[in-house]
Amino acid sequence: MSQHTVIPFGPQHPVLPEPLHLDLVVDDERVIEAVPQIGFIHRGLERMTQTHDYNQFIYIAERICGICAFGHSLGYAETIESLLGVEIPPRAEYLRVILHELSRMHSHILWLGLAADAFGHEALFMHCWRLRERILDVFEATTGGRVILSAVIVGGMVRDQDAAMLQMIKDTIVGIKDEYGQLVNTFVNDSSIRSRLDGIGYISKEDAMRYGMVGPFARASNVNNDVRCLGKGGYGKLSTFDPIMDTSGDCFGRAKVRALEVLQSADIIEEMIDTIPGGEVAIPVKHAPEPGAQACNTLEQPRGECYYYALSNGTKYLERMRMRTPTSVNLAGMAMALKGCDLADVNMIVLTIDPCISCTER
Amino acid sequence: MGSFKLGKMTLSSLFKQPETILYPTVAKKAPAGLKGHIENDIGVCILCGICEKTCPAGALRVDKKENYWAIDRFRCVQCAACTRACPKACLAMRPSYMKPSASMSEDVFFKPAPSEDELAAKEARKAAKLEAAMKAKAARQEMQEG
Ligand code: SF4
Ligand code: SF4
Repeated sequence: MSQHTVIPFGPQHPVLPEPLHLDLVVDDERVIEAVPQIGFIHRGLERMTQTHDYNQFIYIAERICGICAFGHSLGYAETIESLLGVEIPPRAEYLRVILHELSRMHSHILWLGLAADAFGHEALFMHCWRLRERILDVFEATTGGRVILSAVIVGGMVRDQDAAMLQMIKDTIVGIKDEYGQLVNTFVNDSSIRSRLDGIGYISKEDAMRYGMVGPFARASNVNNDVRCLGKGGYGKLSTFDPIMDTSGDCFGRAKVRALEVLQSADIIEEMIDTIPGGEVAIPVKHAPEPGAQACNTLEQPRGECYYYALSNGTKYLERMRMRTPTSVNLAGMAMALKGCDLADVNMIVLTIDPCISCTER
Repeated sequence: MGSFKLGKMTLSSLFKQPETILYPTVAKKAPAGLKGHIENDIGVCILCGICEKTCPAGALRVDKKENYWAIDRFRCVQCAACTRACPKACLAMRPSYMKPSASMSEDVFFKPAPSEDELAAKEARKAAKLEAAMKAKAARQEMQEG
């Protein structure tokens, strides 16, 4: 009779980028069950809406996650704008999409580097992060920050970008496309990488729907829940938008979806820069929301759909703010994907959901 | 399929300039729009305390009685909210990288006492304003009586 062993994995583990703890029930080398546990970095950020007014909280919202920092400030600002019934100028909507897609590019390229590192391809890891640096330089030149941008305010954007700056963004993106193409080719066609990713952590379309998975994790299992399709804000101005989908449902599918989404984001940015209207980038917002007013919002973060909810008490301090981040939804799918895998593949599967535990715990 | 797909890029890297710089021997060039660090033109500042109320991180301390404006740079999160809120536009973010600090302390700036000339100019402005107000009042009274 075989005996099961429980191996604790994380929260501090060399292959994990995030403090996630897994109890792996293994039979020999095979994982029978994985029980995830979080709660190591809870910071109580949602509670801080009661001690900081809605304009101040935007700088806290972007600290929910270091990688989707811009996305969180954007999602939060959109929620407050709908709570206040404010409509922002169209130019600000375009600029928001440009910066949001740039942060998706930087997030995905960072992830591709981490994935390369996880399956042991150090050179690929270095090249990915080298290209990501170009995007961080764009952030630094346009907004003044590299990771935490503080570029969004309730009512619009902090800074306008002139034609020269927009051209610089475009040139940078065109400049990395060729090199990035070679990286994608490596990810998709290199046999040593394929042997590490193909068929690992498979999740069927039905399971992906049942577990409510979001983001590239779901799209690799052919479930389209890309919130960008709803055409909110600047996304409604795009001529076409077809989410990147894949049918393989394994680690390879997830890597491929993310790799191709970077190219899609580059196209979106180019189109937005070509069609950006003129005018103001912010309107002054000072009033407090109506007492009891509620607002919700969804945003496609690099890791998937993020949901925001705000409840007002009639002052500038919110009564309640709630965010449901993509990783908190995807953890269930991850535990499913881990069932039956080899112990050596655990880190690869955990990584392919692109976990962001600091988002999840806030 | 096949392996060594990254061969071309890796080989060509041998003949390229390095992407990294030799910090700290070589300094990185700061872009013009960098949110470097907060500077206050203390001569212009009226110590109204609006920046202190705006700051989400509680990094600023303004004391009108003691005549100073202070910033705790370790608390400042470089959000630039104070620069937008300042009514005198005396706060600005200088686009330069700071040297790492060796100690944790607050930077305190005392507002210089106004010079003789400034005091005289202030008095003159006050007197001119008063005179204009008196004139306007007299004109109004005349209108009402007339
Ligand atoms: S808001 Fe401006 S004028 Fe007022 S105290 Fe701050 S720096 Fe001085
Ligand atoms: S930049 Fe932001 S955190 Fe720093 S002093 Fe100004 S308001 Fe406070």
